[in-house]
Amino acid sequence: MTNFFWEPFQQLQAIRNEMERVFDEYNPTKRGYTRSAFLPSLGARRYPLVNIREDSDKIYVEALAPGLNPDSIEVSVLRDQLRLSGEKAPISPDIKADAWHRNERGAGRFVREITLPAEVDGDQVTAEYKNGLLLLTLAKHAEAKARQISVQVS
Amino acid sequence: MKETTVPAPTEKNVPDTREETRTLKPPVDIFETDTGLVVVADLPGVDKDSIEVDVEKNILTLKACPAQNLKDDFLRQEYQLQPFFRQFQLSERVDQAGISAEMKYGVLSIHLPKVKEQQPRKIDVTVAQ
Repeated sequence: MTNFFWEPFQQLQAIRNEMERVFDEYNPTKRGYTRSAFLPSLGARRYPLVNIREDSDKIYVEALAPGLNPDSIEVSVLRDQLRLSGEKAPISPDIKADAWHRNERGAGRFVREITLPAEVDGDQVTAEYKNGLLLLTLAKHAEAKARQISVQVS
Repeated sequence: MKETTVPAPTEKNVPDTREETRTLKPPVDIFETDTGLVVVADLPGVDKDSIEVDVEKNILTLKACPAQNLKDDFLRQEYQLQPFFRQFQLSERVDQAGISAEMKYGVLSIHLPKVKEQQPRKIDVTVAQ
């Protein structure tokens, strides 16, 4: 701890940064990936968390869903509505209550509906589940694509 | 099992908190079996090669580096993956050579066997007649 006395301003700045980080934890829009995902009523409709990106003809959705049984994942699309459902299985039901030290990972069934930024073609959807992340690539519907209009000069 | 919230000091005279890099604390399940402890951690986006698990001076350290498929230009962003880091103080002596870990669908399971003397032994009671 000798540094504390020699570099007081640097240390104060570090404490300030740390406090800001603590307050950020309570800000739901900034809050990262936390365990509240599976708490009933609070987070059940927000599971899995998703990141969405689009380019001119595709929409990419990445969902944070570790530990799902891949067979249970269901993805369906209707126009611009994406529906994700599946189940995160509990590890093992026959662990005695007094054998637990910590039990923080949730488990259960989930359904989430997401409105996409454009209508998509239901036939051209690919889904890949890897390392606990579900990546969906959805092709935009032909009518939803931006069209380039050439300007006629008379 | 006690959690050490600050990284265990590695060197003398180096402050053991005020880390510069931000890390995420993965949710874990820890339970005991007859032969040892099992630690299960949710590590989404982590490839098995980027995980570091070690036990030193009875402190279990878990480090992992996740990778996202989508990186920037989000239309909507609900999460941001950062390196995972968590440490636990182990109360019983762990057989270091016997530690094994497996990764499946973004979930890491670590088996920490107890050293032989710590395992419960069943003693048969014979009735003298």
